[in-house]
Amino acid sequence: MSGALQAHLVVQRDEGFSLDIPLTIEPEQTVALLGPNGAGKTTAVTALAGLTPLDGGSINLDGKVLDDPATKTFVPAEDRAVGVVFQDQVLFPHMTVADNVGFGLHHGSRTATRQGLKGWIERLELGALVDRRPADLSGGEAQRVALARALASEPDLLLLDEPLSALDATSRVQMRHTLADHLAQFAGPRLLITHDPTEAFLLADQIHIIEGGRITQVGTAEDIRLRPRTRFVADLAGANLLPGTASRGDVVIGGHTLHSAEREPTGQVLATIHPRAIAVHRNHPEGSPRNTWQTTITRVEHYGDRVRLQTSVPLPLTAEVTPEAVAALDLSEGSVVWISIKATEIGIEAQ
Amino acid sequence: MSRRRSDGTPTRPPVILIVLGLIGLAWFVVPLVGLLARTPWSQLDSLLSSELVTEALRVSLIASLGAAAISLVLGVPLAWLLARVDFPGRSIVRGLVLLPLVIPPVVGGAALLFALGRRGFIGEPLNDATGLVLPFSIWGVVIAVTFVAMPFLVITVEGALRNLDPRFESAAATLGAGRWRVLRRVTLPMIAPSLAAGLVLAWARALGEFGATITFAGNLQGRTQTLPLAVFAALETDRDTAVALSLVMVAISLIVLVGLRDRWWRMR
Repeated sequence: MSGALQAHLVVQRDEGFSLDIPLTIEPEQTVALLGPNGAGKTTAVTALAGLTPLDGGSINLDGKVLDDPATKTFVPAEDRAVGVVFQDQVLFPHMTVADNVGFGLHHGSRTATRQGLKGWIERLELGALVDRRPADLSGGEAQRVALARALASEPDLLLLDEPLSALDATSRVQMRHTLADHLAQFAGPRLLITHDPTEAFLLADQIHIIEGGRITQVGTAEDIRLRPRTRFVADLAGANLLPGTASRGDVVIGGHTLHSAEREPTGQVLATIHPRAIAVHRNHPEGSPRNTWQTTITRVEHYGDRVRLQTSVPLPLTAEVTPEAVAALDLSEGSVVWISIKATEIGIEAQ
Repeated sequence: MSRRRSDGTPTRPPVILIVLGLIGLAWFVVPLVGLLARTPWSQLDSLLSSELVTEALRVSLIASLGAAAISLVLGVPLAWLLARVDFPGRSIVRGLVLLPLVIPPVVGGAALLFALGRRGFIGEPLNDATGLVLPFSIWGVVIAVTFVAMPFLVITVEGALRNLDPRFESAAATLGAGRWRVLRRVTLPMIAPSLAAGLVLAWARALGEFGATITFAGNLQGRTQTLPLAVFAALETDRDTAVALSLVMVAISLIVLVGLRDRWWRMR
C-alpha cells in the first residue's frame, strides 16, 4: 500500500514565471490539476517526476523526501517510484510495444519479468499489438501502451499529463473509460493534468485549479462547477454538465427532456451547456429556441462584469448574464423567469 | 505548349533545366568514362596483384578503418559534449572541431608535423620517452586521416543528438533507467542512422585522404603509401598501374554506396 504525496512545488523559470503550489494527494485519490496552457501544469509534472529540481518547497512521497532544496536532498528521476504518462506518449520508436511496456520492468528473475510483462499486456489488452512499433499504432492504442509502460514500473505515484488531449473524440471516450478503470486499481496517489474540465470532472476526486503558477481553487467537481471562485474558473470550468440518456438528440435528464442539435452519440451521455448560452426572460419567449421552461432563480452571484444565476428545477443550471440584464429584468433570488436554450448550444458527449 | 496536369505541375520540365542538369551529370560521368576508357583490361589481373597495389590497399584499409574506429570512440563522446553540455567556449570548441573540414589538408598535415614530428612539442618528449616516431609510420597515416575524417562523424552525430527530443530520455529516466541504460537503450539506438551515416562519411573521407597524409606521413611504399598516394606516384611512372589503383578505389566506393543505400534510406 503506497503512502500519500505531500508536496509544495516551487519552481522559478527564467521568463519571470514561477510555479508555487501546495499539493497533497492521498493514496487511492485522484487529483486533477486543471488549468490553461502555460499555467505551469507540465512544470509540476517534471518537478514531481524528478526531471526538474525544485527551487523551493519540498516533495515527500510515502514518507520519503524526494526533493528538498533546503536540505539539498534530490532524488533523481530514475530513483523515484513515479510513473508518468506523457501527453503524446513519448513511446520509444525503435522498440516494439512489448519492449516499451517492459522497459521499466527490470527487477527479479527473468521469469518474473516475463510474467509481469505478460500481465500488463493482458490487462491493457495489448496482446495483438506486442510486435508492433509505436509508428504503427493508433492514438488510443499508443496511449494504452504508454499507460501500461508507466504502470508496469510499479510506481508509488502516477502522473498523467494530458493523457487524452492527443486523441480523437471516439478514442478519447474509450481511453477515458480505460483510464478510469486503471486509476481505480492503482493504489497510490494519482495526479491528472488537464485543461479539459470534463476530463477532470469525470476522472478526479478532487480538482485543483491552477492559474499562472498558483492554485486558485480546490474542490470537488460540484464545488468548482457551482461555486467558481474567480471569473477565470467560471469561464474554464463553470459549464453545465448534465448526465442523461440520449437518443437522436433528445437527452432525458431526470424526467426532463433537452433537445440537442447533435444526433450522436446515443446512450449514456453528458449534455454540456455553456452558461452564456442560456437566455433568461421575464415572459414566455417566442422564437427559435427549442428548449424553454419556467423556473425560479435560487442564487445570484456577481463576478466582476458578469452575473451567474442558478436554478434548480427542473434541471440544475447556471446561466451567465450581464449586470445590466439583471437590473433591467429586476432579477434576484426567488424571481420567476423563463429559460431558453437553442438546440445548437447543447453539446452531447458520450460518458 | 503549356499543357498542365490537374495538380498544376507542367507535363514536361523546362528545357533549360534538362540541359543544365545533363551538363551537371556529365561533370561526374565524363571523368569516369575517361578512366574506364584508359583501363588496360587485359592486364588488369596482373596489375592489381602487383606489390604496389596490394600494399597500398593494405595501408589504406588499416588507416581508414583505424580512423573510423578512433572517430567512433572519441568522436561520439565529443559530439555528446557539444550537443548536451553547456560549457563556456562551446562555440569555439565546435569551431575547432570543424576546422579540419575547411583548412587545406596539407596545412593540417604540416600542423601535425609541428606538433607530433620528431621536433614537435609532443613528438619530441614522446620520442625521448618511448622512442616512438609518429611521422612516416603507419601510425602517422592513421593520425593524419583521422584528423581530416573525424569532424564528419562529430557534426553528423551532434546534429542527431540535438534533434533528438529530450523527452525520450526523460521518459526512460522516469521508468528507472540510469544514465548508462538510457544511453545504451534509447539515445544510441535512436541516433543509429546518423551514427552510421557519420561513420561512413568519416571512413570514406579517410580512404580518399591525400594532403595531410603525404605531408605528415610521407609516401613510403608498403609503410605509409595509401591508395591515393600510390595513384599520384604511379601517374608519373606507370600510368597503367595508376588506372588500376583508381579503379580499385572507385569499386570500393561503389560497393559501400550501393551496400548502404537501402539501409540508409529505410532508416531515415
